Amino acid sequence: MADRINLVMKLNGEERSVNVHPFARLLDVLREDLRLTGTKEGCGEGECGACTIFLNGQVVNSCLVPAVQAQGAEVITVEGLARGGELSPIQAAFVAHNGAQCGFCTPGMLVAATDLLNRCPNPTEDEIRDGLAGNLCRCTGYSKILDAVQTAAADGASR
Amino acid sequence: MIGASSHRKEGRAKVMGTAIYTDDKFVPDALHGVTVRSQVPRGILKGIHFGGGIPWAEFTIVTAADIPGKNLVASVMHDQPFLVGIGEEITHMEQPVVLLAHSNRHLAERARLAVALEVEELPAILDIQASLDLEQVIYGTHNLLKEIRIQKGDPSKVWDRAAHVIEGEYFTGAQEQMYLETNAMVAVVEEKDAQTWVTVWGSLQCPYYVHGALKQLFGLPEDRVRVVAMEMGGAFGGKEDYPSVNGGHAALLAWKSGKPVKLIYDREEDLACTTKRHPSRSRLKTAFDAEGHLLALETDFVIDGGAYATMSPVVLSRGAIHAAGLYRCPHVKVHARAVATNTPPPGAFRGFGAPQSLFAMERHMDICARKLGLDPVELRRKNFLRLGDTMATGQVIREDLDLGGLMDRALAEIGYHDKRAAFAITNQGEGPIKRGVGFSVFMHGCGFTGSGESYLASVAGVEGLADGTVSILAASTEMGQGKNTVFSQIVAEALKLPYELVDVAEVDTDRVPNSGPTVASRSTMMVGRILEDAAIGFKQSLVQQGFLQEPYTPESFQVAVAKAVATLGSVKCYGQYHRPPNIVWNDSTYQGDAYPTFSWACYAAEVAVDLDTYEVKVEDFVTVQEVGRVVNPRLAAGQVEGGVAQGIGWGLWEEVTTKQGRMINNQMTNYIIPTSADLPRIQVVFLENAHPAGPGGAKGIGELPMDGPAPALLNALEGALGPLRLDEVPMTPERLLQRCEEVSHG
Repeated sequence: MADRINLVMKLNGEERSVNVHPFARLLDVLREDLRLTGTKEGCGEGECGACTIFLNGQVVNSCLVPAVQAQGAEVITVEGLARGGELSPIQAAFVAHNGAQCGFCTPGMLVAATDLLNRCPNPTEDEIRDGLAGNLCRCTGYSKILDAVQTAAADGASR
Repeated sequence: MIGASSHRKEGRAKVMGTAIYTDDKFVPDALHGVTVRSQVPRGILKGIHFGGGIPWAEFTIVTAADIPGKNLVASVMHDQPFLVGIGEEITHMEQPVVLLAHSNRHLAERARLAVALEVEELPAILDIQASLDLEQVIYGTHNLLKEIRIQKGDPSKVWDRAAHVIEGEYFTGAQEQMYLETNAMVAVVEEKDAQTWVTVWGSLQCPYYVHGALKQLFGLPEDRVRVVAMEMGGAFGGKEDYPSVNGGHAALLAWKSGKPVKLIYDREEDLACTTKRHPSRSRLKTAFDAEGHLLALETDFVIDGGAYATMSPVVLSRGAIHAAGLYRCPHVKVHARAVATNTPPPGAFRGFGAPQSLFAMERHMDICARKLGLDPVELRRKNFLRLGDTMATGQVIREDLDLGGLMDRALAEIGYHDKRAAFAITNQGEGPIKRGVGFSVFMHGCGFTGSGESYLASVAGVEGLADGTVSILAASTEMGQGKNTVFSQIVAEALKLPYELVDVAEVDTDRVPNSGPTVASRSTMMVGRILEDAAIGFKQSLVQQGFLQEPYTPESFQVAVAKAVATLGSVKCYGQYHRPPNIVWNDSTYQGDAYPTFSWACYAAEVAVDLDTYEVKVEDFVTVQEVGRVVNPRLAAGQVEGGVAQGIGWGLWEEVTTKQGRMINNQMTNYIIPTSADLPRIQVVFLENAHPAGPGGAKGIGELPMDGPAPALLNALEGALGPLRLDEVPMTPERLLQRCEEVSHG
């Protein structure tokens, strides 16, 4: 078995190539090898959702994804949500509504919320609650996160 | 500025993913630290054996024998070693014994498992009763970490003449803070000019606690130790005292290896070894006259303090002072004890002893109402504290309190009376869903207990920067509660500047003074007040030295600051805590003003119980609180909503299961915290009543919301199901089923 393998992916719109341990987790490759530390580890077992990213358009817990599965894939992390320093509507809504308190669940929560609004542009409150139930937050009690997602949905609908 | 919902200062960095938390810090050539821990609850360490298959020569290994200074963690009492040495006593299952570091963290983890500890096991004490029974003496002469007695009048003279005497026993379980970011430290130790310089960056609430612990660990003077607080992914008290331990461990490995060390706990280690909420047992005895007036109250309050004192003496103190609730009562006796057990020491967690004793009191009041044949609303209304009343410590209520009005507002918001009447009918139906409403009324003391603030004598300041903006100098940390934002609002208000011209300095002990620990709902009220004074002093200095003329515009202020900095190099002004003259406290008798003031609240819950599964759904939750003037309504509401979510978790779901005193459900998979699908919208009402002690009239808010949910929920469960032995939290479905079976089996 090779010591390191070459991994190529399209990360936040850019082609990236990196040599990684063959059994590395995608989360560690992002954080340690590519130094994109926005994606967080909260539990390492797919419960908390802090490491949520897009892998080929699907949301995944990157702590449970072997890096080899990202070979040739398109990966989007929290760092890829803003464009040219301009916050995405959901990021801006999180700032406006205090959706981020300690901020540690926020990167994963933003990715999950982005995915939810992609799939369901005008969600009901229950649909938001279900859509974000895989992302734990210990600070907010979720109300301000719901406010932010509802605002982003309303803004999206008005455009 | 005060009263505006300004956006969080660090909000943009948090949503961009660019905020730097401890493990995000890029540290070239860092070693990865791991901790070898005891696997028995009690015994004498006889030997340490390094197993085969590991290149031990590549490892940095630290044992107790290596420690350069004192092997005791500086805390309330100095009784906990950083590492247990050969021949010394192991006192709990997670006790640190050996530290290892290697550049390959996977290898470091393998090496951890290859270390075997030779231990002569001793019998252990694992719960409150075994400790009180002195089955083994494991601490001092009576297993007592702390004992407190508070007395007002003499309840023993009342029992015989009272119309009603009602007793009850209540239990609360441990609770995990479950901050999303686990405990994490980075340490660098340098030898320069024949001196040792220790620097630690970490996820920590109290930089000067860690600073003090490192000084003692290495035997170094103040200026050779530096502690920097990184962005923090939640804490809730869980990073109040433990960072002195793991900060010391990281620094020891860095010192011995000569390299930077990262010590990052994974979730399982964090849950198993770090602090939790203290488990408690309360025995209450109350006497009432025929009309339901409270005549006497006696409480025996015991908390499980674990293997070392850590924060237990002060947790006990807050619990004891809150134990009698917010009722007027002429005869009160509180006996409070923190007992030692061979379990990992519990510590600070939002509420700090008050949620435990208030759970007992507020549950007991509903039980008393039932036994007296009174409505719980009316029983409370007869007994609320009012202006001029004295509390158990002799503290006189100097505010024009209207607790009845506060309670009525919460009951109106949730529709208490209508719902109670409606559920009384619908619950008689055949279906499995039974509904109930319940509430609790409670208070939380603002700031440190008793003389705490006087001992701290906190200092905070403001500094002018070259660009004319103002920077806040305080060791108070941001853990999500909004300190950066609220402090900036307070200083901007004092200086009549826009919010954007004020920000906080990095929390680095080389730069900021000791504004005290970020705990006890004290930052806004206590540190905020010092900052208000410092800001006014700063402005006066600018005026006196001719840089600024009043009245001024933000632009002219900015020009004046820039000019002052250019001329003088550095312009700073500090303020310090001063005890208000009317606040008096006696540490030995526990008499006097326990707190400068209290925040007051009534929380009401509506629940639906499914008698097929015994699941409890929280259908509605209303909070009404009086917290002085609210500095930032949106952030304050976030504090309340998050605190209530934790309180609901503690009341219904969050159970710490232990084996030999060690948490065995130490994963997010089987320790259940609320998700977005488990909670209702939490309604938040602030009744504003400016208090002179706080900046712009603000009081404390962070912990209050933890106190009310558990008793409100169990009172609501009694509303849904009728009289049951609802005496314990968490009231999990399993426990609720058992309580229901007790009734059906007589």
